[in-house]
Amino acid sequence: MTVVQTLAQTTYDGQADGDSAGLICTGLSKSYWGIPVLKGVDITLRPGSVVGLIGENGAGKSTTSSIIAGIVEANGGSMTIDGVPYEPARPSDALKNGVALIHQEIRMVPELSVAENIFIGRLPRRRGLIDRNRINDEAREYLELVGSQTDPRRPVAGLSIAAQQEIEIARALSREPKYIIFDEPSASLGQSETQHVFAQIAALRQRGVGIVYISHRLEEIKEVADTIVCLRDGALVGNWPANGITKDEMVKAMVGRDFVFSHRAPKPATDEIALSVTGLSKAGVFEGIDFDVRRGEIFGFAGLVGAGRTEVVRTIAGADQADAGKISVRGKVVYIKNPRSGIDAGIAMVPEDRKGQGLNLDRTGAENITLPWEKGLSSAGIITKKKVTATANKLRDFLDIRGRLDIPVGSLSGGNQQKVLLAKWLVNEPKVLILDEPTRGVDVGAKMTIYETIRALAETGVGVIVVSSELEEVLGLSHRVLVMSGGRQRAILDRAEATPEAVMALALSNVPREAPLESPIDGEEEFRTPIRMQEN
Amino acid sequence: MAIVDRNVTPPRPDSTPAHSEIAPRSAASGNTSRVRQIMSQIPGPLIGLIVIVVALSFLSPYFLTPRNLLNILSQVSAVGVMSVGALLIILLGGIDLSVGSVLALSSMSMAAMYKMAGWPFEVALVAGLLVGALVGLINGILTAYGKLQPFIATLATMSAAAGLALFITNGNPITGFPDWFVAITATSLLGIPIEGVILVAIFAIAAFWLKFRPSGRALYAIGGNEEVARLSGLPVRRAKILVYTIAGILAAVAGLLVTSRLDSAQPTAGAADLLNVIAVVVIGGASLAGGSGSLLGTFVGLLIIGVLNNGMSLLNVSANLQPVVIGAVIAAAVLTDRKSSRRHT
Repeated sequence: MTVVQTLAQTTYDGQADGDSAGLICTGLSKSYWGIPVLKGVDITLRPGSVVGLIGENGAGKSTTSSIIAGIVEANGGSMTIDGVPYEPARPSDALKNGVALIHQEIRMVPELSVAENIFIGRLPRRRGLIDRNRINDEAREYLELVGSQTDPRRPVAGLSIAAQQEIEIARALSREPKYIIFDEPSASLGQSETQHVFAQIAALRQRGVGIVYISHRLEEIKEVADTIVCLRDGALVGNWPANGITKDEMVKAMVGRDFVFSHRAPKPATDEIALSVTGLSKAGVFEGIDFDVRRGEIFGFAGLVGAGRTEVVRTIAGADQADAGKISVRGKVVYIKNPRSGIDAGIAMVPEDRKGQGLNLDRTGAENITLPWEKGLSSAGIITKKKVTATANKLRDFLDIRGRLDIPVGSLSGGNQQKVLLAKWLVNEPKVLILDEPTRGVDVGAKMTIYETIRALAETGVGVIVVSSELEEVLGLSHRVLVMSGGRQRAILDRAEATPEAVMALALSNVPREAPLESPIDGEEEFRTPIRMQEN
Repeated sequence: MAIVDRNVTPPRPDSTPAHSEIAPRSAASGNTSRVRQIMSQIPGPLIGLIVIVVALSFLSPYFLTPRNLLNILSQVSAVGVMSVGALLIILLGGIDLSVGSVLALSSMSMAAMYKMAGWPFEVALVAGLLVGALVGLINGILTAYGKLQPFIATLATMSAAAGLALFITNGNPITGFPDWFVAITATSLLGIPIEGVILVAIFAIAAFWLKFRPSGRALYAIGGNEEVARLSGLPVRRAKILVYTIAGILAAVAGLLVTSRLDSAQPTAGAADLLNVIAVVVIGGASLAGGSGSLLGTFVGLLIIGVLNNGMSLLNVSANLQPVVIGAVIAAAVLTDRKSSRRHT
């Protein structure tokens, strides 16, 4: 047996040689609403190894980790730890068995102290009161373990996302787990913080902890994992040693087809003006915004989070009110005082916060799509389900939405939710379409559809504004790019001028020292590193 | 046809070997979920109502007589009219504590204008309805523009309206109304008491509005997620003011029914109705978080309360114990509500 074969066997096909050490999942399956989301997934996690879990959104990564961590119960399959059956019915069972999950979204109680957050649910007591000295001392130990300098006595409120991520890891460590699942820990972290997390993972591995690391960033996965497991449509489609696989191969396995992501140059725009903005200002937020978007043009907004991009486009769409400035649509001055008047003027905005501002997750996809248009769709003031369904189905085909539109939209994958949100604003063709982070939390396949849709819409004469923190996205799509920093417009660059270096330099210029305008709740302090599909 | 097919097959038709292996299993689970879906269409409260009706018809020979059933409809009419307004407000994610006080205030105002100020009765009646509308409008303005929490806003108006109702006559009732007005609650139309007809008509109109009119459907969107609704161009504040005003008017209508039945305007009438109204809506399956609930459910909830109260009286259950049973029913109804086990990611 060659060395490579041995490696492959010990890391993946453990049961074949009867080796039951570690956490072994066999044939895990799960279905929701009668739709299978996980179809017989096998994962073997050895002590002291890192398994990278990849897949598009909706491929079943989160479901897999939720099953392992006891948050949801599988419909089929089995798990063992060191040969002993492991059947967690709730998260506390998983913790008792030494399995901890670090959530994608950090869940902390802001008003409680760092130490209390770490020991929440099992606070040690002395004479009936919380033993503060003990939790503070113990919390400090675990925080030091993850290299955090945070004072365990201070409240969590006000800490940066990166510091909270450290606390989250410290909390997991305080359970002395043997297995840890990291569910996209880097989604909210910048480059240097991600490296910090990697250092901790390396240290944990040294101590014999088995780790599952879930991420969309393929470069990262290759760096941190020993083996990489790929899911597609709920099924296992790949299992490789991390050093024996290229990124292209991973992408191919994820999307199930040869996938070339190229940003072709957009078709030239017309000379007609779709949207004209002059002197738009909002005290303390942004000022002096001037630009035109032509019909058929894709106009990008670049800048750091907190530069005021979202605030500008929200104001144009009527979600917020401006203090000064003039907006005209196709040459006609419009007064936009609320979202309704924006919609009536032909301006549609797809907001960045899908759950909070875009979709009503408890309602069906069809109801969400027709929500702004019900008056127009009704006849004699009456709107029927038939009409709603018919309208939604038309857009389903146009946008390639995969999934039912007659179930709560919250049960669709992130990519399909985003398509539903886009569909909502295409029921009546807008004159100006504003897309704020149109592919946030969306998988590669859905991204492609969204990009194609944006181009197709521009080609029909819509003026499109794209706000994005992914440089590659905003530069690849746009005819021209407006760069903002510190609430001001720094420049409008042509496609040829808009190199990543030039845009970054402008975005970093004159950034004020005071607190950022956008709250850093969504946690980006720098451009997110996109998955670069174009390389090689 | 193609669309129907896509609805029942699992998503992602692009077939791979892994897919074809899995296909039979997924089709089977698709069918069972269909059955479960159809089952879940039957409202849980309706099953509860049927059980209670069957049980009571065995326990009391008088229960299942046409006369008794029509009697129940009369008994619940005032609470029922108010529960329509309460459902609309709860759909928006709000709450109205002032209904009972508004009932008393509008009834007393009407009586005072007729008997004390000497206005023609018809004018006084309309004015009574306007008083209800005014309190509702104040509730709406306080919540929509004043950004007060509905609980606080309507707590304030509840207190104020109750006080005013007592102030008008220093706590004394006003009696003696025109015959035709008193006859409203003593006459039948094709065998059905007129107050029952009014009740059913109000339910039907409101249900139609909620289901088929865009402005009615908007209540679900606003209650589900106010910011999504606002960015979708829905007039959120206008909807709130409209709904609180409607609830005020409906409380006044309930006040008229009570006044007609008693031939007397009582300043403390309706004081006990608030909890019944909320109980009806909650038993009917609406969520106090907003965005879910239906008038059909509320109507069933109303019948459950009505049938239980009536049945317990027929069985000579102590009046003091009856609220205990109602309390147990509220808890049981919410516990068994299948919608509460919904999942989202």
